Amino acid sequence: MQTAAGQAVSFADFCVEFQSKQLELPPDKVIARMAAMLAVMEESITTGLKGPRSKGGLVGGDAQKLQKYLSGKKRSILGNVVGKAVMYSLAVGEANAAMGRIVAAPTAGSSGVLPAVLFTMKEELHLSQSELAKGLVVAGAIGMVIASRASLAGAAGGCQAECGSAGAMAAGAMVSLLGGTPAQVGHAVAITIKNMLGLVCDPVAGLVEVPCVKRNAGAVAQAMVAAEMALAGIESVIPPDEVIDAMDAVGQSMHCSLKETAQGGLAVTPTALALTEKIFGHTI
Amino acid sequence: MNIFDIIGPVMVGPSSSHTAGAVRLGNAALAILGEAVAEAAVGLHGSFAQTGRGHGTDLALVAGLMGWSTDDIRIPQAFAYAREIGLKYCLKNINAGDAAHPNFVKIHLKGRKGGESEMAGASVGGGQIIIKEVDGFPLEFTGDFPTILTLHEDRPGAVAEVTGILSRRGVNIAQMRVFRRNKGGLASMVLETDQPVDDADIAAVAALPLIRSVRHIPAIS
Repeated sequence: MQTAAGQAVSFADFCVEFQSKQLELPPDKVIARMAAMLAVMEESITTGLKGPRSKGGLVGGDAQKLQKYLSGKKRSILGNVVGKAVMYSLAVGEANAAMGRIVAAPTAGSSGVLPAVLFTMKEELHLSQSELAKGLVVAGAIGMVIASRASLAGAAGGCQAECGSAGAMAAGAMVSLLGGTPAQVGHAVAITIKNMLGLVCDPVAGLVEVPCVKRNAGAVAQAMVAAEMALAGIESVIPPDEVIDAMDAVGQSMHCSLKETAQGGLAVTPTALALTEKIFGHTI
Repeated sequence: MNIFDIIGPVMVGPSSSHTAGAVRLGNAALAILGEAVAEAAVGLHGSFAQTGRGHGTDLALVAGLMGWSTDDIRIPQAFAYAREIGLKYCLKNINAGDAAHPNFVKIHLKGRKGGESEMAGASVGGGQIIIKEVDGFPLEFTGDFPTILTLHEDRPGAVAEVTGILSRRGVNIAQMRVFRRNKGGLASMVLETDQPVDDADIAAVAALPLIRSVRHIPAIS
């Protein structure tokens, strides 16, 4: 980001240029491959809005519920922008749980965050598909930094590493697409991770259903809150690299029962244990 | 790591380890057999056995045995397709011991042309897999590269002969390891190559005096 700050091009273009060199692919080819990912993301939103039931039977239909609520006459707290993003994130999470096709970005469990934020930006803030593709490059670049300093896997770092990282990637992409500076992108990343630090990975019955789908919705809201603050010039007191290092340290000190093993947290509540028994006929 | 490891892969959900990885394990077993599958006996261990059904691990493995990729939207209907093409499959839970990876599977296959193979492997996260055993022989490779597996006599020169043939045929070895059960008995070489290997390359390796058998596994996408 320090390198990008001195450049005449936008942060998104800087990231595209950098990735193009890394991949030994011309910039337009990088954008084209990202556009192909966007097409799958859009398809996964559509799939989820049809209300499919998940394999384990614990989730499905909530995106539809929110869609109905938002299009009705009732007063909305979130409004069109955040409301739509939350709805889309539920849709992709539900599509994933129902064995629909998704883009793991960065993981399958956190795959709802980026499509939700990007397609809301497209529809509500009138961004083009090629701008979204650049946003995806920015998100990917942020993900690479997190992966190299910490982890993107729930089994290694808890849900902060999955939904937290997805949120940070989405926040950075939003700031960049709305004309924020590289430093502001960094602050958005830092604020998102700070607000999700310590989040455990405790899937009920070991399935990517509860609480994963709703945590995607939570990550979307966190990302939007952080992006808006960063665009307003609000800074993270702790710089992004240090925040990512803190996330790594927290992940390492997290007990293994809270890292995707379904041995702790929500996964061992009485209700979760009863559901596990019902789905598999035994506990895990 | 590149950016498409972060934004991607495109896959059918819900889990990269329990679904995408399971498809790739099926793909690997199919590639090791080297022909269309007639019968499959699949043993699921650990987390695969306990939570697999909720993740579609069973469907994903059968899809992989039919050669489907991790993003094939027919995966939820894999059982019906398998019945349609006459692929007989049987899935059961096994206990491979505490030392086995939690996402471990053993797959015994019979081919349409009469071939037979056994593979054991694990899904180790993010859709990545490790093959741990082929035809009862413990070894290790990922399937990310075109791979040659030999069964050969553990005697001086066996490795040199194989690498010599490959070098003369312009095939570069990216990684290789040699495994054996006991000294002077049967051993296995795992050669992962940068270039795709053709039938003539394999025939040339198979013709070497110390080689008992050779399997060729194209890179798994």
